[in-house]
Amino acid sequence: MIQAPMPPPLRGDDTAWLLISTALVLLMTPALGFFYGGLVRRKNVLNTMMMSLVALGAVGLTWALIGYSLAFTTGGAWLGGASHALLRDVGLATGPWGAYPQLLHFAYQGAFAIITAALVSGAVVERVRFGSYVWFIAAWSVLVYAPAAHWVWGGGWLSRLGALDFAGGTVVHINAGAAALACAWAVGKRKDYGRQAFLPHNVPYVMLGAALLWFGWFGFNGGSALSAGPVAVLAFVNTLLAPGATLLMWMLLDRWRTGRPTAVGAATGAIVGLVAITPAAGFIAPAHALVLGALAALPSYGVMVWRPRWALDDSLDVFAAHGLGGITGALLTGVFAQQAWHAPTDGLVAGGARLVAIQVLAVAAVFVYSLIGTVVLLKLIGVAVGLRPSEQEEGIGMDIVQHGEEAYNRGEGAVLVLERRPPRGEHSP
Amino acid sequence: MKLIVAVIRPERLNDVLEALFEADVRGITVSRVEGHGGEYQPMETYRGATVKMELQEKVRLEIGVSESFVERTVQVLLEAARTGAVGDGKVFVLPVDGVYRVRTGERDQLAVTPEPRHGEVRTDAP
Repeated sequence: MIQAPMPPPLRGDDTAWLLISTALVLLMTPALGFFYGGLVRRKNVLNTMMMSLVALGAVGLTWALIGYSLAFTTGGAWLGGASHALLRDVGLATGPWGAYPQLLHFAYQGAFAIITAALVSGAVVERVRFGSYVWFIAAWSVLVYAPAAHWVWGGGWLSRLGALDFAGGTVVHINAGAAALACAWAVGKRKDYGRQAFLPHNVPYVMLGAALLWFGWFGFNGGSALSAGPVAVLAFVNTLLAPGATLLMWMLLDRWRTGRPTAVGAATGAIVGLVAITPAAGFIAPAHALVLGALAALPSYGVMVWRPRWALDDSLDVFAAHGLGGITGALLTGVFAQQAWHAPTDGLVAGGARLVAIQVLAVAAVFVYSLIGTVVLLKLIGVAVGLRPSEQEEGIGMDIVQHGEEAYNRGEGAVLVLERRPPRGEHSP
Repeated sequence: MKLIVAVIRPERLNDVLEALFEADVRGITVSRVEGHGGEYQPMETYRGATVKMELQEKVRLEIGVSESFVERTVQVLLEAARTGAVGDGKVFVLPVDGVYRVRTGERDQLAVTPEPRHGEVRTDAP
């Protein structure tokens, strides 16, 4: 695992599946924009969707410049090197990661880096300056995401210990969840938080986003087999079963608590299940995936119900859904992993207690690193360029203030301006 | 009785509603409207075309009140809706010939925001 042997010969089937998977994972980022966009108020929907979409540009760029190299140059325990910076030696020949061109590995892993950064945005929607946010995710993808990916997937210290993370429970979801807490703390709460309820402005968008996320997740988990074989099939089927169980459990909890199963709840439940199965997808039996999915609903549901009473305004529950869902999934991976289902080591159900301890360590390490790294980064950006617009601008809404557009404009009273460029920020103060 | 019509900024609506509630003003109709009050016009850009938005989103409140509530309601509106910038809105006070409460058929003074009597426990609060 530490020093890769000779690269394997190229296989067309693996290459084809990974190409498709890459496109599926890329779809998840705009899908997340719909999921998040539906959950915010109508004056902030474009800004919220842009916070996801812009990751395709900003993080795509940093991933090519240095991120991929820091994450996937093998050798170092803590960090890869600069030898793949600017895609040097990342070409059409196969690399140490599988029977497909290494350039495809770059793209596939890039899609993960992109969506992870976009996930964090849910903690600070409706109140952050767009430019500061773009600087933040660009830096975060290099300084926080790339090291964590290296530890777990790039031959770093956690993978040497034997920590299991099939498709990103620690690297993507726990990482994003911890960063979300840090962001919510460093940016502060929305101006009317705790005083006023913030309702989703478009629940059908939430449903659409959840559906597209689930669809993309078949590439996220199925593709993480890094081959078109039985492991991909296992991960694919577990990605079907576990979220189904979570969705049902979530509706039952909703029904028990309020008497009615909600649509936003069902969509959220499906996402939590997808998060939880992510670290386990290619390692556990399908029957265990159902159990894992059902169990995953409990902690996330509990925290989501309680969260509005909290001083920390993690606006779209990134910690409850991704942080906690990821933790549940990573720990249960230690319980349910079986060599009989292609896991490298046995978990608790197959008599291997050690794996649980390793999973706990991996969860804690990534969580703490992400929390601290994110706070430091945001404080620096806060000092350099500031994080928040004025209270009044927050009241007007981020769409008009940050982007000069409205999502649901009736278009009456709009006059085309042809003569001059408008002075910046000429909105009613 | 008077009908108070106020046109305010949408982002002040929640504060205004809170202030009205605290002032015991009950019974209100809210509509989303568009209008122009002489404020700066925001510039927006759609597919490269720069556009000046001459109509602003505003919120119109309609509140029917008894005579003794008129001054209090107007003051609450002025304070809670004010930002100090052009475009904060207007408050109109209109005479009313008659008011009927649909549920009970009560009319005039009995049908609008009443004066809470000392020690009375209100049962018609929303």
